[in-house]
Amino acid sequence: MTTAVEPMVRAERVRKSFGHHVALRDVSLTVAPGEVTCLIGPSGSGKTTFLRCVNHLERISGGRLAVDGELVGYREHGGRIHELRPREIARKRREIGMVFQRFNLFPHLTALENIIEAPLRVRGERRADAVRQAEELLARVGLADRAGAYPAQLSGGQQQRIAIARALAMRPKLMLFDEPTSALDPELVGEVLEIMRQLAEEGMTMIVVTHELGFARQAADTVVFMDAGTVIETGPPATLLTAPAHERTRAFLAKVL
Amino acid sequence: MKSPEGGSPDAIAPAVASGGHGDIKAGDIEAGDIKAGDIEAVPLRHPGRWVAAAVVLVLAAMAAHSLVTNPNFQWGTVGDYLFAEPVLRGLWATVYLTAIAMAIGVAGGIGLAIMRMSANPVVAGAAWVYVWFFRGTPLLVQLLFWSFVGALYPRLSLGVPFGPSFVSGDANHVVPLFAAAVLGLGLNEAAYMAEIVRAGINGVDSGQSEAAAALGMGRALTLRRVVLPQAMRTIIPPTGNETISMLKTTSLVSVISYTELLNATRLIYARNYQTVPLLIVAALWYLAMTSVLTAGQYQLERRYARGVAPGNTRARRTEAAR
Repeated sequence: MTTAVEPMVRAERVRKSFGHHVALRDVSLTVAPGEVTCLIGPSGSGKTTFLRCVNHLERISGGRLAVDGELVGYREHGGRIHELRPREIARKRREIGMVFQRFNLFPHLTALENIIEAPLRVRGERRADAVRQAEELLARVGLADRAGAYPAQLSGGQQQRIAIARALAMRPKLMLFDEPTSALDPELVGEVLEIMRQLAEEGMTMIVVTHELGFARQAADTVVFMDAGTVIETGPPATLLTAPAHERTRAFLAKVL
Repeated sequence: MKSPEGGSPDAIAPAVASGGHGDIKAGDIEAGDIKAGDIEAVPLRHPGRWVAAAVVLVLAAMAAHSLVTNPNFQWGTVGDYLFAEPVLRGLWATVYLTAIAMAIGVAGGIGLAIMRMSANPVVAGAAWVYVWFFRGTPLLVQLLFWSFVGALYPRLSLGVPFGPSFVSGDANHVVPLFAAAVLGLGLNEAAYMAEIVRAGINGVDSGQSEAAAALGMGRALTLRRVVLPQAMRTIIPPTGNETISMLKTTSLVSVISYTELLNATRLIYARNYQTVPLLIVAALWYLAMTSVLTAGQYQLERRYARGVAPGNTRARRTEAAR
């Protein structure tokens, strides 16, 4: 058999514009199951916008974007593209975890309550099951003793680890990380990257928007360099980060390294 | 909408600023030749403060003297009527009028605020028109209007629009005096509460709804479980003010002859002409009730300020990180 595995994410000529401003032009890339893809590039290059399109927080203006073989936000029927209902979009999002730059934990809920909220109310799990799973996840991110803490009582690094646990509680097939360490004090970056590294080793499919080139070099299978809303270059980290083919990639790497 | 690409300067700056000086305490920066301790200096005089205090105290003494010596206050009569049965019944009417009108106001306000933010322009427009109308006409006019609704629609019925009706009745029976009072106060309050709730909901960071959406939560669930609980922090204090204001505003329903506290005292002085003492009775009760509500509001505000205040989270976060 030579048929390729269905990719987890397939983007074909994805376009996104905000009014007159074009944020993404013809972005094409695929992410295979179990693969870790890092998106790098200067501010305003469209990395975050692309990530937000993958779980339909932004609606794409053109092209095709599919997750696990199904279009994001649309359904193809009788040769036409139909918009999905909010309920159907929400169902798709359960399978895609997202971690935000500013954590976005629910401040009125404790760490444990943050984690069990979606399993309880979205997936309708039994409370005992949800709590047991949340405790396992807390242990996994090294915060078993902070279950009762409110987000404001936690450091940035701890909050981001809780946010990762919250996303994992929905047992996603795909995890999206939007600059997960950019809002952290420098000494707290390592603990978050360590959790992400573990996840990658366990075979989670991940798309990571990041400025941490060290992480990209270590954990990524593929690095995608974006600039001005387009993909400039794609390749394994060893090649792209050390011997980039394009002048713009070289210029960017020279600035950040 | 802009995408937060790269660390925006304000995202990086506080993190860097709080990184370095974690361990400096006040005691560490004591210089060698300056003794720690209080400075012994000659205090600055403030003669103006003494003059102002004296003026205020003299005025207060004059007021107190007149309260005690002017026989027209008739404190004895005030005492006779303070706990009189009709007054207490009026007092009770004021309390439950306030409670029911505020319940209608809060429920209606939440509904209107959600309508205002609807993607459906007709629904959003309807909420806008409601607020425009009920804030744009005097409450007194609205109360009179409700009490005369029978003149406008002599018969009220419930049924299919433009079709057959299932129940119908005489408007004066369907909308009795109490209903007119409650509707007038409650529907008016809903317009004000709508703006308070809307401001509260808008004050919740959009990242909260996005995080909920990313977890697969629907709009209604997000509103109920994530947005409204956080909006409550900003909604509660002005709602307390509205309740205190409502308590006094209920006195307006005396114009449609509904007997609450003020009307109860008016009915008494209409018979015995003891106008001033009975108005004092009403004023004392209003003061007592607003004092209770003010104390309650203070407690509520303290409770909601505890734990999470969005403005301080960064300070707390770095504090916790140390």
